[in-house]
Amino acid sequence: MAKTPVQFNLNGSPTAVFSDAGANLLDVLRRDVGDLTPKYGCGQGTCGTCTVLVDGEPRLSCLTLAESIEGCSVETVSGLANGAELDPLQIEFMEGFAAQCGYCTPGMLMAARALLNRNPNPTREDVVEAISGNICRCTGYESIIDAVLRAAARRTGRIA
Amino acid sequence: MITVERFETVDEASASVASGGIYYGGGTLVMRAVNYAEAGHDRLVRSTDPALKTIDSNGTGLTLGAGVTMADLMRARETEFLSSAARAVGGPAIRNAATIGGNLFASHPYGDFTTALLSLDAKVNSTIKTDEDIEQFLASRGTHTGIVRSISLQIPERGAFRFKKISRVKPKGISIMSIAICLPQSAGRVTNARIAFGAMGPTPLRAKAAEQALEGSNLEASAIERAVAALENDLHPADDPIASAWYRREVAPVHLKRLLSERQR
Repeated sequence: MAKTPVQFNLNGSPTAVFSDAGANLLDVLRRDVGDLTPKYGCGQGTCGTCTVLVDGEPRLSCLTLAESIEGCSVETVSGLANGAELDPLQIEFMEGFAAQCGYCTPGMLMAARALLNRNPNPTREDVVEAISGNICRCTGYESIIDAVLRAAARRTGRIA
Repeated sequence: MITVERFETVDEASASVASGGIYYGGGTLVMRAVNYAEAGHDRLVRSTDPALKTIDSNGTGLTLGAGVTMADLMRARETEFLSSAARAVGGPAIRNAATIGGNLFASHPYGDFTTALLSLDAKVNSTIKTDEDIEQFLASRGTHTGIVRSISLQIPERGAFRFKKISRVKPKGISIMSIAICLPQSAGRVTNARIAFGAMGPTPLRAKAAEQALEGSNLEASAIERAVAALENDLHPADDPIASAWYRREVAPVHLKRLLSERQR
């Protein structure tokens, strides 16, 4: 199968792979790079669990042609924590029981990350809109929304 | 085996599409087909032509590159009046990828943004035709073998354009229907009324009998009633997993009446 060279920045590290022609970004991240944090859910843009950030904006990696992100910056859940120090979003998801089966969690975290980077003090409605493309079949969403709001407060120093 | 052909300009890419290649724009439709190994999606064509991403306004008219995304439309000041329709497309991640050119080809019950373009009498500029009326374009889109370059439209007067997407799931769900209306007025009377419905036929369609019922009115209650009553012959909904044709037909007048009445206030 024909291979296409693709270079991008993954969580701050220069990354280069030879991807299969027509491969999506999710497959490249999981199979070629070995970053297993973005998940394969529906493969059609419905569930959002494959959400990553491309140049700071949320994108569905299963619907993104890998070679189209040449030269871009890609962020996944792998890049959230600083060593053993978890990101405020991860802390609040853990402490607020915002994950049950956990399958949607990587996509939820990255969708929330994009929101908080753009809007450090979101309203509840802002959070609902930000995760509107991400499906969770366990939690009923309320614990996730609460966790994102608490993470926003933690990031801005409103709670310790 | 999948191949990807890359071109710097739309003109260079057009020959590949004409010979059977599938144009990759934002990927939300094409990559879904690739992921599910749908027949005919083994030869993708891309173009990095910067003209596809431009938004040009001369104050009265807009030309939108086909590669402009829904997120781009929501950010740009010139396209603020379209933001309600752009926001109706998917969640934030989809809107960062979904293009207006791709939306023209989105099959039922998707393509809500095209419903807005239809109500605005947009013109489609492709490698095959220039300034093609969007209604004609939609009638033959299934056999289109060109690449859409841009969409042109006149900016409606303030308050003339309104859009509503109706879905069961909030805040985001697939359309039961979408409705776009554009009701320009001259001396307080509606002139050249446009009412478009999405998910009420194989492609977005105009409710021409309802438009006619509003012509020359000042959107008084009796005119709205006449327009709503005229809908019966305008719509051709189908059954799908989201809603039955019967349900869509029953609730369409209710939603149109609400939208027309909202504008009246």
